[in-house]
Amino acid sequence: MTRLSEGEGFTPPSAVDFNLPPIFGDNAFTTKPIFLVFFSVILISVFFILASRKAAIVPSKLQFAGESVYGFVRNDLAKDVIGHEFMRFVPYLFTLFTFILVNNIFGIVPMLQFPTMSRVSFPYVLAIITFLVFHYVGIRKQGALKYIKEIMFMPGVPKPAYILITPLELLTFFLVRPLTLSLRLFANMFAGHLLLLVFILGGEHLLQGVIGLKLISPFAFFIGIVLTFFEFMVQCLQAYIFTLLAALYIAGALADEH
Amino acid sequence: MITLAAGEEINPLVPHTAEIIVGFIAFTLLYLVLRSKVVPMFERAFTARTEAIQGGIEKAERAQREAQAALQEYQSQLSSARGEAQVIRESARVEGAALLEQMRAKAQEEAARITAAASVAIEAERTAAVASLRNEVGALAIELANRIVGESLDDHARQSRVVDRFLDELENQSSQKR
Repeated sequence: MTRLSEGEGFTPPSAVDFNLPPIFGDNAFTTKPIFLVFFSVILISVFFILASRKAAIVPSKLQFAGESVYGFVRNDLAKDVIGHEFMRFVPYLFTLFTFILVNNIFGIVPMLQFPTMSRVSFPYVLAIITFLVFHYVGIRKQGALKYIKEIMFMPGVPKPAYILITPLELLTFFLVRPLTLSLRLFANMFAGHLLLLVFILGGEHLLQGVIGLKLISPFAFFIGIVLTFFEFMVQCLQAYIFTLLAALYIAGALADEH
Repeated sequence: MITLAAGEEINPLVPHTAEIIVGFIAFTLLYLVLRSKVVPMFERAFTARTEAIQGGIEKAERAQREAQAALQEYQSQLSSARGEAQVIRESARVEGAALLEQMRAKAQEEAARITAAASVAIEAERTAAVASLRNEVGALAIELANRIVGESLDDHARQSRVVDRFLDELENQSSQKR
């Protein structure tokens, strides 16, 4: 808003636009992303509690909707990827998927219009939790020493190759995995939101320009709308990818040989 | 307004403490709610549905087995009843024949008895008739002879001797004639 009031020229949206000021007061806990996160928790909880409350054999429309999401995570993600021990991880994966999905979709919901996951802290949190979960699972399953050994000295590899493979594996398991997990989600949401901002704020700016620019402005809005649909796809996809990778990492830690 | 100084460089990769804390709390909260309230209910619905389907199939199979068993039972009962009826009919026939035989024998016996009694009675009556006839005929004949011959034959003993002799002769004649 401050930018537009400066009047002269168009300042393209940047990382600054993601640093929203507190809605009230003067502390870091009253910002829009934080409200959105809590709102998502309430939204998801209420929806799924209502949907699952009756647990009827013949589901109502609401129960069917809730069951579809739950069944997707349970069967297509947890069961297919993890195998027979999957049931232990269903609550975690289910939470992960719905939490990311809803917070992503906030990015295109009118009035809210901010993908919480474009604040890097939240993907970090999710990646840290996933990191802890899959290492914990691996250590519980195989014992700490054996688990570390399996990671460092992959079986079936000629001995000299360990010089190259061991550092790579350690890097993969303890740095690359959590980092890529969080940055993938963050970057997608950040870039997507930035893209929308460019076209919609750009369209708005064009509208305030001379008559020729005013005529171009609808195209910017049109592209903004098209990109909104595209964003919806990306948001769903990212929630799916994050959950899928978490399931894959858990499955890897559970397997005797990864 | 803390952060929004216009030209300030902001690194979007640097996390914020407040958001990290909130992220953990929110995620944990959601996890606890979903794990305790939602997942068990959905699992229950899934299990109930599976059971309902399996139960239906099992019930149908059980009903079919029961129907089969009942049919077999009826058939065996029917055949045993048929056998029994056969036995009863046979025994009734035999019994009836025996009864008939018994009654026939009894009737014959009765008839024989009646015949015998009748013949005895007839014999007795005949004897009595012969005796009385002999007396009467004798008396009549004597009377007649007296009338004819006169008093010579008054003596009773002689009379009866004469009559007896006469009758004996008469009998002999009749038996010789036969």
